[in-house]
Amino acid sequence: MSSATTTSRRTFLKGSAATTAGLVIGFHVPFLSKQAIAQGLATSIAPEVNAWVVVQPDDKIVIRVARSEMGQGTLTGLAQMVSEELECDWAKVTTEYPTPGQNLARQRVWGNFGTGGSQGIRGSQDYVRKGGAAARMVLIQAAADEWKVPVAECAVSKGVITHGPSKRTTTYGKVANAAAKLAPPKDVPLKDPKDWKVIGKRLARLDTVDKTTGKQIYGMDLKLPGMLNAAVKDSPVFGGKVKSVDDAGVLKRPGVVKVLRVGDSAVAVVADTWWRAKTALDALKIEWDEGPNAKVSSASFGETLKAGLDAKDAVVGNSVGDAPAAIASAARKIEAVYSYPHQNHACMEVMNATVKWTPEKCEVWVPTQNGEAAHAAATDAAGLPAAQCEVYKIHLGGGFGRRGATDYVRQAVNIAKQMPGTPIKMIWSREEDMAQGRFHPVTQCKLVAGLDDKGEITGLHMRISGQSILAGVAPQNIRDGKDPVVFQGLNPPGPEASIGYTFPTLLVDHAMRNPTTPVGFWRGVNLNQNTIYLESFIDEIAAATKQEPLALRRKLMKNHPKHLAVLNAVAEKIGYDKPAPAGVFRGLAQTMGFGSYVAACAEISISKEGALKIHRIVAATDCGNAVNPQQIEAQVEGSFVYGLSAALYQECTVKDGRIEQTNFADYPTLKLAEMPKVETVIVASGGFWGGVGEPTIAVAAPAVLNAIFAATGKRIRDLPLSKHSLKA
Amino acid sequence: MPKLNVNGKMLDYAADDGTPLLWVLREQLGLTGTKYGCGIAQCGACTVHIDGVAVRSCVMPASIMTEKQMITTIEGVSADGSHPVQRAWQALDVPQCGFCQSGMIMAATSLLKEKPNPTDKDIDEAMTNICRCGTYNRVRTAIHTAAKEMAAAKSGAAPKKVAELGKSVLNIEHVAGGQA
Repeated sequence: MSSATTTSRRTFLKGSAATTAGLVIGFHVPFLSKQAIAQGLATSIAPEVNAWVVVQPDDKIVIRVARSEMGQGTLTGLAQMVSEELECDWAKVTTEYPTPGQNLARQRVWGNFGTGGSQGIRGSQDYVRKGGAAARMVLIQAAADEWKVPVAECAVSKGVITHGPSKRTTTYGKVANAAAKLAPPKDVPLKDPKDWKVIGKRLARLDTVDKTTGKQIYGMDLKLPGMLNAAVKDSPVFGGKVKSVDDAGVLKRPGVVKVLRVGDSAVAVVADTWWRAKTALDALKIEWDEGPNAKVSSASFGETLKAGLDAKDAVVGNSVGDAPAAIASAARKIEAVYSYPHQNHACMEVMNATVKWTPEKCEVWVPTQNGEAAHAAATDAAGLPAAQCEVYKIHLGGGFGRRGATDYVRQAVNIAKQMPGTPIKMIWSREEDMAQGRFHPVTQCKLVAGLDDKGEITGLHMRISGQSILAGVAPQNIRDGKDPVVFQGLNPPGPEASIGYTFPTLLVDHAMRNPTTPVGFWRGVNLNQNTIYLESFIDEIAAATKQEPLALRRKLMKNHPKHLAVLNAVAEKIGYDKPAPAGVFRGLAQTMGFGSYVAACAEISISKEGALKIHRIVAATDCGNAVNPQQIEAQVEGSFVYGLSAALYQECTVKDGRIEQTNFADYPTLKLAEMPKVETVIVASGGFWGGVGEPTIAVAAPAVLNAIFAATGKRIRDLPLSKHSLKA
Repeated sequence: MPKLNVNGKMLDYAADDGTPLLWVLREQLGLTGTKYGCGIAQCGACTVHIDGVAVRSCVMPASIMTEKQMITTIEGVSADGSHPVQRAWQALDVPQCGFCQSGMIMAATSLLKEKPNPTDKDIDEAMTNICRCGTYNRVRTAIHTAAKEMAAAKSGAAPKKVAELGKSVLNIEHVAGGQA
């Protein structure tokens, strides 16, 4: 339970279903650092075997997971990876997060905490498996030492170590203390994939039960002793500042403790409950200095981007031969301009963070996709040395890239710093969350194809004009004016986000045009719009040259066997060689990104009134090694909800410098009734590790858009679809 | 002091007039399983039952509730997560981030009370909650699974184990008991 020692170290939260006034959070400490153990603080706690594994005396296995769980199943997937090599009993596995502060103190023993770019498995598979293997090796060593027998005579299965010749047995739990004292092995071989027993299994997630009972604690649910609540409003115009605040009436409201400035652009109200803080904030009279962006709009951004389509200042992302020359001399040209809007991540759980600041220590409880970045932001905002700041990661109610940013962490620390010693839970309203997004970048794309007199493609030029995420969030990574992330899915052949077609000549270039809207990594990132552009245009070429879309793709994909394999898998599963049911039309799309190859075929119909019905989607994914197929299926299905919500409904428009959409009423999402049947084909070709949380989103929209064209002859080139009539 | 009848208990609370039931549940009564998602009855994360009927508590002032109206939150669905809907959810690993799932489960239990054997169309109409992770298809499958379990229980059959349901419906292997 709660004590000064435990809260100042590892405050690990366990949901506690209090039913009467005041939520009680039980603090318990399943894990302490070696230093803490050396200080005798954890006499009843098992020592860690290594950074990744703790074995308790009752043989319960605690696996440390550095990446954040936000629904994508990484907690379970990474535990499977460690467990595979550890040879423990899966039924005894639990997980826990190490803290960013501990990672810093221990020379980043857990590596990168960042959870984005579908990196959970593929970015840490090597060292987490080695962590499991190294723990197994010292555990067996400890048993062999105790028995005074050679290690080679010992074997382990499900955490039970057996000495072959004497048939003696012991368990991981019994030798864990001794193993913890052994030097880690230098050479840590990993299993041959053919021997995997846990990787590849359709295992149930480790974190489901509490999510069905209301016990799962999210950032928003925290309650610390003496805690107050904060509601905050930042300048609705990006780059604006607070001019004045009239708090006279608000300070008299019941429960309101303080009205304060947060930096120069935001105002917060602190009250005993969040509802009181929020309603007081709504009543507060704030005058804004709207600054230089007061008049920008989606229309003005659009003009800027349009000018970039023909501008000279473009950087090249992929080039084969001389595409402009080939196109200039082509017998025939096809040209189209596409665009993609701003979108908000709209996590179900709005941004929030809880902070306790004292002159000696700053503690932050936060749902974050990047514990280390949150720690750095908190340290900076707290004005304290890094060693005096700690971040406790709380389960995320969705992330989708939004929670990789640290703006809200910084804000909460800023508020708490103005109220030393009082824990402050800052929660945004949905309206604030919509206004202060880190939006999907806006881009436009002009595609021009040159065709010879037989209709064969001689060259393709894709000119992307628009917003760079790196320029907005990590400008130090822009080299020679180039943001490499802009070209996702259009890269030259290679292991990441490579284009799946071979054209005689090709030019993909980018004219960077950065609207003032803050930009962010939005699940699927630039693969989303790039795949819409290219896959729609491939269909346009097919239509213009009277070729069947699958046949044209197969012709262009001969040199790209992995891309082609998932497309073929989709075609086979949907029965592409047979006609669709009467009135139903098909559309295809394929792409590669986040290390994986994906394809989809959508079957849709359009009613006389122009209503779209998506009946069925077949999707294939080649992620190399499939760690947990049932969770891959869940991610693929979910990707269609996220991708189709975006394609059908979602656009954040800017007027007078501010985002116009305020809530789910004007920023709708796909609902269950609209959800098509999704059939997932996992093509695990082995030999590599690809991500699964994001790539499929990119094929959702173009598969449906191509099917809409097949049904209506209407080519949708700007989203969302709700702007267009599909009526015949 | 005003009282609310929540999960079978009469509970005192203190809140300003107009405070939505959602925030009384969360901030006064400590029942944080009910979530804030939008505040305008669009997303359904705040769904609770009032006399068995699913309502969105974020737009319902607590002060209009009488002591006779029985409020059920996710914490009151069962003492131990063993309601057939909860078991179906666990068996099929429905939740991803899980944030919307309390509301989903409240909407589903209300639907099944009204329509023990719902059609897909019934599910379409009743389940208007928003899920950003995209769990809709598993939600649908889990409702059908729970409906079958509830029908079987009515005819005297013993409830199937979560592991058995998971294996038979989506071929999911339940080896661990989960973290709870």
